[in-house]
Amino acid sequence: MKNIGVAIVALFALSCFSLFVGVKEIAISDWWQSPQNIDLFFISRIPRTLAVILTGASLAVSGAVMQMLARNSFVEPSSVGTAQSAALGILLVTLLYPGSPLIVKMIVASVTAMIGMAVFLAMISRLPVTSPLLVPLVGLIFSGIVEALTIFIAFQTEMLQFQGTWMSGEFSGILRGRYELLWLCGVLAILTYVVADQFTIIGMGKDASINLGLNYKQVVIVGLFILALSTSLVVVTVGMIPFVGLVVPNIARRLMGDNLRASLPWVAVLGALLVLMCDLIGRLVHFPYEIPVGTVLGVIGSFVFLYLLYARPAHAR
Amino acid sequence: MIEINGVSHNYGKSKILQNISLSIKESGITALIGPNGAGKSTLLSLMARLQPLQTGSIMFDGHSVSQTPTRELAKTLAILRQDNALSSRMSLRDLVGFGRYPHHKGRPTAKDHRAVEEALDYFDLQDMSGRFIDEVSGGQKQRALVAMAFCQETKYLLLDEPLNNLDMYYARSLMKRLREIADTGKRSFVIVLHDINYAGAYANEIIALKDGTLAIHGPPQDVLETNALQTLYSMKITVTQHQDQLVALHHL
Ligand SMILES: Nc1ncnc2c1ncn2[C@@H]1O[C@H](COP(=O)(O)OP(=O)(O)OP(=O)(O)O)[C@@H](O)[C@H]1O
Ligand SMILES: [Mg+2]
Repeated sequence: MKNIGVAIVALFALSCFSLFVGVKEIAISDWWQSPQNIDLFFISRIPRTLAVILTGASLAVSGAVMQMLARNSFVEPSSVGTAQSAALGILLVTLLYPGSPLIVKMIVASVTAMIGMAVFLAMISRLPVTSPLLVPLVGLIFSGIVEALTIFIAFQTEMLQFQGTWMSGEFSGILRGRYELLWLCGVLAILTYVVADQFTIIGMGKDASINLGLNYKQVVIVGLFILALSTSLVVVTVGMIPFVGLVVPNIARRLMGDNLRASLPWVAVLGALLVLMCDLIGRLVHFPYEIPVGTVLGVIGSFVFLYLLYARPAHAR
Repeated sequence: MIEINGVSHNYGKSKILQNISLSIKESGITALIGPNGAGKSTLLSLMARLQPLQTGSIMFDGHSVSQTPTRELAKTLAILRQDNALSSRMSLRDLVGFGRYPHHKGRPTAKDHRAVEEALDYFDLQDMSGRFIDEVSGGQKQRALVAMAFCQETKYLLLDEPLNNLDMYYARSLMKRLREIADTGKRSFVIVLHDINYAGAYANEIIALKDGTLAIHGPPQDVLETNALQTLYSMKITVTQHQDQLVALHHL
């Protein structure tokens, strides 16, 4: 159960499979013999597969970190308004400075994501600790408000269609040159792993953090920064993808508990696996047409989440 | 040495602590007693910098808790809180291991692992060390939390009602262990206790708080005294002697 090697092999196998799924059929036996095929691989298939893996890992890791910061296991950036705030930022910068480069959009999106997260954390800090389910509810309402505001602005400025590309994430548009920002997400995930212990301690509460000598505020701010950055990177490049950040950390938590040092590698690999699987399902069910990965995840993710909510807690080994 | 100088604390308009000044000598066990709501936990949390000081000062070996970096203080003092509402789901071994964090900062060495194993051994937690904290009994959880505070190996350890949930066996063995360590002269303990017989038997000094003020501060024989206890707890208490030990018959 605890052998992460198996999960990595599974991820690798599925990635290889993913390389051979597409509108243009490529035989596994002789794909390297045609230069056209090789081009297709390097321009489209490999970037797409890498983007899926990086996105999945990043979403799951972000979910795990946010659950520590909020001390609540029912939150993730796309369910509490962080991703929505990032999308609002992108819309605003597109309206005010049309044609600004991707990197500028990303920076603005991170800033708005950070503000959105700060507002959310400020709101939940006033909730009674005895009712943990209020936290995701407040998040849901807040993200609804931000999303409605975004749609309103997009509607008024005739940007609705444009806005849609960030609201529902999908990988069909990923080509070489359009996904590389996602490598930054990978870097941020590794950074998270380096300071994993600090986030675990923050998850134990403020008093425990002070007692163990952490600067509570400083660690929370570093966490918010990492979350804002990786969330907006994903929203800018592929769009919003729900449930990964919610479901994967909860599964890992059940198996391995809250010690991020031990669970983060699992969280990352399982996140990548889940998104890759859903992307493949989206590409295969209606072949040669595609269903956006966000839609597939919406369906699968909500079932898994309901299961997690109601299933009995795992017993001691 | 711990020096507390003119510490007062208010929640809104209610005065919780009023002008507390006292000093606690190095090495030894100091028991903090007093009725419910007297302000014991508040005083302890101020000492452990869990809340900011409103007035007065608290120093550990000349280092003020409000000015010394919290990172440094974590190697000097540790606290076990009274209500351990721990929401994290963590194995007992990992939890105890986090007590070492101030020393290793995320890179545990052989010495840290040894300290964790020793604490697990000592508090009889080895055979459940892989279980999660939400999957053990109340007393086992309490032992794990005490072990975690213990592992931090700080010179000063503040324990808020460490005997909560412990059975007689573990309560006594914890107090005996603390006494042994205190006798080596290396560490000192401030312990909130409700059972004054434990305070009388194991502490060098007893501090009694009542209604946010310092009521008594002295050796056990000053406190385990019929009049003093009756005023402190506003109830009838008889003190007798068993061999050379004063015993308060507070349960009769
Ligand atoms: N957060 C708070 N807000 C308002 N009043 C508080 C708060 N915390 C404690 N108090 C009050 O402060 C007083 C002292 O509380 P404290 O917890 O220090 O008592 P204690 O001596 O530890 O009592 P016990 O033996 O019951 O643990 C009590 O009257 C309590 O009601
Ligand atoms: Mg108390």
